Amino acid sequence: MRRLLAHIMAGAIVLFARTLTAVRGVWKGVAPAPMRRVYFANHTSNADFILLWAAIPPQYRRHTRPVAAADYWLKNKWRAFIGRDVVRGVLIDRNPETRTLDPVSQMAEATDAGASLIIFPEGLRNMTSEALLPFKTGLYHLATARPELELVPVWIENLNRVMPKGEIIPVPILCTVTFGAPLAYNEDKERFLQAAYDAVLALRPDTGDT
Amino acid sequence: MTELQILFTGLLVLLLAATIVAQVMDERRPSPAVDNLIARINSWWIMVLALALAFFLGRTAMVLLFTVASFNAMREFVTIAATRREDHLAVAAAFFLILPLQYFMVWMDWYGMFSIFIPVYAFLLMPIVAVVKGETENFLVRVASVQWALMIAVYCVSYVPVFLSLDISGFEGKNLLLIAFLILIVQLSDVLQYVWGKAIGRHKIAPRLSPSKTVEGFLGGVISATLIGAAMFWITPFTFWQAGLMALGISLMGFFGGLVMSAIKRDRGVKDWGDTIAGHGGFLDRLDSLVFAAPLFFHLTRFFWMTNL
Repeated sequence: MRRLLAHIMAGAIVLFARTLTAVRGVWKGVAPAPMRRVYFANHTSNADFILLWAAIPPQYRRHTRPVAAADYWLKNKWRAFIGRDVVRGVLIDRNPETRTLDPVSQMAEATDAGASLIIFPEGLRNMTSEALLPFKTGLYHLATARPELELVPVWIENLNRVMPKGEIIPVPILCTVTFGAPLAYNEDKERFLQAAYDAVLALRPDTGDT
Repeated sequence: MTELQILFTGLLVLLLAATIVAQVMDERRPSPAVDNLIARINSWWIMVLALALAFFLGRTAMVLLFTVASFNAMREFVTIAATRREDHLAVAAAFFLILPLQYFMVWMDWYGMFSIFIPVYAFLLMPIVAVVKGETENFLVRVASVQWALMIAVYCVSYVPVFLSLDISGFEGKNLLLIAFLILIVQLSDVLQYVWGKAIGRHKIAPRLSPSKTVEGFLGGVISATLIGAAMFWITPFTFWQAGLMALGISLMGFFGGLVMSAIKRDRGVKDWGDTIAGHGGFLDRLDSLVFAAPLFFHLTRFFWMTNL
């Protein structure tokens, strides 16, 4: 029953996102495929992973799980239902002092079970006027632990205009989700993270001002 | 057969011929240009079928069809507009308050209200909603963007179903034909300008605005659309010459509408308004000429032909 409800809810959320934003996946450097991937994207809105999710064809969407903050998604029953059952999030504890599970091994285990992941390496929503904030190191550690995963950079455009922070009514704005060519692994942490950062930023459409 | 049936039969024959020609071209010498042509023709099939359905189902369906078109058009306009997060409420009001109200009043045939609702009430409401946030940077540009979005994508587009409310003596029950005439001439003029331009176009007419438009395309398209319009007088309340003049007006407004919308796109650095309609771009890429032609055609018809003005 709960599974069915989650399934219907997932469909409804994707349909709603589609109606509002006419979201379109632009597969620039890579095509949709069944292999296990880590999609890493810019983060400006709580609905980012829904949009990214909606841009992935349904047959692969089911195996694609967002990595999200446990403190946000477990706050109440409703959020927990969305976070755990509907989008099947890999919920991690952001606070290094209180956590019992290591986020990187949580992510690695999820991929071992056949999932692809959606992660936002900026670590938090970007509320600044900067296009992209510096990346946290999780992506590097995951790539080191599971070198067989394909690392796909993603740029999500315009979603922050659909529902800016503090607003309750979403407005219809066209959004695109651009998928770039997979990133090569590099042992050098700094270089790897810089390359990952550049790969995401390079997908940003050069139209409009912000 | 009624005039409408003849018209749609003619369109189907035309589309069928275009589809066959494009398929033959694709087999002989495939190229990206032919692919684009096929995508365009396929989209025409969908647009013609949607229109045919609305024509067949009647007033409510027609109003709904253009409500959806307006929604899509305004979304494309707002997407590239220079709004900021402070304009969020104004944009939300434009989509969820003004747009439905406008079409509701069109549907209930309240001419005195829908004809001034956006130019007066919405025009004044938008800056008020925006000013409350207290952000002054680019204020005029931001407010004007939302006002333009409403005027272009909602107000002007909503003129199409409004033809159903006209009261012309001797033409009762046939108002759908005016909509058919308008859409046919606007779109034919576009297509013919494109065809003439491809065939004999040499001199660019507006290189900065629209590099693909040529003097030859413009003249050829407008003249042939005018002639076709005159020849279609039998589906309208007009005489041969009147129908020709109307078609000329529609084609010219359509041409300038295309230029204006193209200037906005260039300024904002995009090539197409969207990509919802394969081969054509967005809704606004297909509606740009209709937006400028519809209000003029409506008011000319209303002024000179309406029984009880």
